[in-house]
Amino acid sequence: MKQKDIAALFDEPACEHNNKQKSGCAKSKPGATAGGCAFDGAQIALLPIVDVAHIVHGSIACAGSAWDNRGTRSTGPTLFKLGMTTDLTEQDVIMGRGEKRLFHGIKQAIETYEPAAVFVYNTCVPALIGDDVEAVCKAAAARWDRPVIPVDAAGFYGTKNLGNRIAGETMVKHVCGSCDPDPVPAGIERDGFKVHDINLIGEYNIAGELWHVLPLLDELGLRVLCTLSGDARFREVQTMHRSRANMMVCSKAMINVARLLEESYGTPWFEGSFYGVADMSQALRNFALLIDDADLTRRTEALIAREESRIEVALAPWRERLAGKRALLYTGGVKSWSIVSALQDLGMTVVATGTKKSTEDDKARIRELMGEDAPMIEDGNPRALLDLHRRYDADVMIAGGRNMYTALKARIPFLDINQERKLGYAGYDGMLDLARQLCVTLESPIWSAVRSAPPWAARAAAPADGAGVPVAAPSSPVRFAEQKLAATKVASCA
Amino acid sequence: MSTPGPRIRPPEIVKREKALAVSPLKASSTLGATLAFLGMDRSLPMLHGSQGCTAFGKIFFIQHFREPMPMQTTALDQVSTIMGSDDAVVEGLATIAAKHAPALIGLPTTGLTETQGTDIERALAMFRTQHPEYDHIAVVPVSTPDYAGSLESGFNAALEAIIERLVPTANAAGTRPGRRQRQVNLLAGAHLTVGDIEHIKDLLERFRLRPLVLPDLSDSLDGHLADTDFSAVTIGGTRLDELRHAGDSVATLVIGSSLAGAADALARRTGVPDYRFAHLMGIEAMDGFITTLAEISAEPVPGRITRQRSQLQDAMLDAHFALGQARFAVAADADLLAAITQLLAGMGAETVAAVAPTNSPTLQQVAARAVKIGDLEDLEQAARANGAEVLITNSHGLHSAERLGIPLLRAGFPQFDLVGGCQRQWAGYSGTRATLFELANIVLGLGKGEIQAYRSTLKQWPAGERGSAAA
Repeated sequence: MKQKDIAALFDEPACEHNNKQKSGCAKSKPGATAGGCAFDGAQIALLPIVDVAHIVHGSIACAGSAWDNRGTRSTGPTLFKLGMTTDLTEQDVIMGRGEKRLFHGIKQAIETYEPAAVFVYNTCVPALIGDDVEAVCKAAAARWDRPVIPVDAAGFYGTKNLGNRIAGETMVKHVCGSCDPDPVPAGIERDGFKVHDINLIGEYNIAGELWHVLPLLDELGLRVLCTLSGDARFREVQTMHRSRANMMVCSKAMINVARLLEESYGTPWFEGSFYGVADMSQALRNFALLIDDADLTRRTEALIAREESRIEVALAPWRERLAGKRALLYTGGVKSWSIVSALQDLGMTVVATGTKKSTEDDKARIRELMGEDAPMIEDGNPRALLDLHRRYDADVMIAGGRNMYTALKARIPFLDINQERKLGYAGYDGMLDLARQLCVTLESPIWSAVRSAPPWAARAAAPADGAGVPVAAPSSPVRFAEQKLAATKVASCA
Repeated sequence: MSTPGPRIRPPEIVKREKALAVSPLKASSTLGATLAFLGMDRSLPMLHGSQGCTAFGKIFFIQHFREPMPMQTTALDQVSTIMGSDDAVVEGLATIAAKHAPALIGLPTTGLTETQGTDIERALAMFRTQHPEYDHIAVVPVSTPDYAGSLESGFNAALEAIIERLVPTANAAGTRPGRRQRQVNLLAGAHLTVGDIEHIKDLLERFRLRPLVLPDLSDSLDGHLADTDFSAVTIGGTRLDELRHAGDSVATLVIGSSLAGAADALARRTGVPDYRFAHLMGIEAMDGFITTLAEISAEPVPGRITRQRSQLQDAMLDAHFALGQARFAVAADADLLAAITQLLAGMGAETVAAVAPTNSPTLQQVAARAVKIGDLEDLEQAARANGAEVLITNSHGLHSAERLGIPLLRAGFPQFDLVGGCQRQWAGYSGTRATLFELANIVLGLGKGEIQAYRSTLKQWPAGERGSAAA
């Protein structure tokens, strides 16, 4: 990919970051960077398309350490769970055999697994040695009469976020619009019930959480043409251009898809979230608003009223247990404000929230929810997070899996909110899972035991307050005789 | 910093109310006594009963330990059952003494002989009178009718009998507590596996203490290959010449609440101070144990043990997500039941069904709302009624687990459908850690909280997939 193409991707008019600096996204700083590369971002964005053979063209580290580690789920095909890579060798690199190997690799994937399409992810080594991935894909597509899509997102192009955008743009340019949707199945539409087509962009069906939401959309007659990309089929991606309204779920990662679909096909879109009762209801309302069908609006309001009163009752006992608990929030891709709102729904206090990936608009919404001087965390390095946790006297840390062990090593209750998790929190019913999981960690009886120093450690080494402070055992054992002993001698059990 | 224990409130004890025991949980006290004798060196238990009493017990232990089991029987027939069985005891003892020259013959009674009214002491006295040539062979009778108690109580009874008969009083033998400064008596309860005892011995040795284990199943039934191809008596176990010096030990460690009787006897006879532990599962129990070892030995706690403690803490953190609010059904003898339920409670898991074969004061320590005195049918019914997600009991629980559709973790006696069950380490920081990992993995394997796939009627299904969409 050329430098100017990359620069063009950074220029995302729909993103509020554009107002502040031309580059849009923060640049990575050598020696002080966490997070994935462009390849990582591209793969994450598209891998949930379930019936596609995802081939990583590169040496082993790219696919070898990244395949099948996401919690995204499928209603059927499991092809996406297979890791496929050209696994380039030294000889391939030196002798320039990468293209040939890729060509044969595509053949192998098609002949063995009959995929709906093949996606080829370019990576650093082939990008450096100049493999013409696009040409190989073109030749392979012609030879086997199957869509073969190049996703040119070598790691060094930039960050994970850039990779997300490359992935999105690739879909809009190469896939969307190549096929019309199926007709709506007979017997569903009737008087006063018209089916409208929508897309969910940036929804990955983590742990199947979309399935908390889909039944409601079905009930309202909102047909999801395509989820980009949770549980999506290749053919569904081809029909995305026909939707009446799009929702940008989750983070800004694929904001360019929403914008490009609007530019090319005039589809209106909104940004929303399925986390929390309030946001879930708002998302449904926004569809009704954009589609502007009086009947849909009426049915939407009725459904919201029903679901909200149902979930209020179900959540009541959990709210009692969680009331007043203080959370430190540091989300990765997931929108902070949407989780803040969900936690507040549960009666919790969010003491501070991460805003590294938030736009100005996001921050405004956070202020709306948490007050004008809401503490915002720009730099979420582990040390800073732990310090903040202590300063704000938080009860639980809610963050991505990467920070799980930061919290646990500091003996702090933790909830995983990112992609690797196995539990779904979206939709009205997801709130119950969220509440239950918060209670599991907050109410666990282990905390005093894991914070305790060995009884034989010097008393001086014990922390003054004991709250969440890791206690280092002295490097040399202490003579026991010098210590006051807890009485362990029992005269008799009787 | 002290750690608050799990729940303190004792459970309600629900007595047996049905006529029939279905899928019994109980193993007899006779077998418990036999097990204790099998932990003695060059020992051969002879069960005083019909030959089936021994045959069944032998299969029970062979399957569990996967070892040949030296066990004999007085083989009562109609005549000796009605007319008196003392001669059978004398004949049996003499035969074993002549044929196998064991160091010790354990003589547990059975339901048959207790009902018959056997006076086992008188039978033994007859043997001593008639066969003074075998005076050097110790014989320890113990009354263990299978209609009273369970494996755990029979084990304690045999241990108490061994102590009363083979550990001389301090006055008689001139032993003095602490004469052997590094020697520590270890009374090892029936809930401890061979692997547990090995680990506890290892811990003691790290404090430069020399364990005198009673009984030492880790030396006799640890599944090692000996030089001899066959032996009619146990190879390894507690040696009687060592046992005579138990009164010289600096301390006695007692593991298992059920050993109170044996521990009292040892203390009374020798005056050696004892330290009693209900079990060694979980950080709290182990902290007390290690603290005691450090005190007894006047040695610093080795860094390795401190390390194992912090490894357990880390394991608790990793496992608490899975184990929190997880629901278990547990059936076992009292000591093991208390240990496992306390461990679960300490992790935020709940024991929603607890069953013990017999009542015992130890059940007060069980961390559950109620303990049913009953069988595996009771366990299965309570597990179903209370929505248990995992079963913990012996191998017989498999059928219940299958009917309930939940996984089984095997614990207690017998474990006949896997290898190494008798060797598995549960005790210690390291054993607890391994147990927590196993428990958490079992729970993770349940796919709990997994959202059911929803098949939208509106999705653009490919041909062939549409049929299965929701109506």
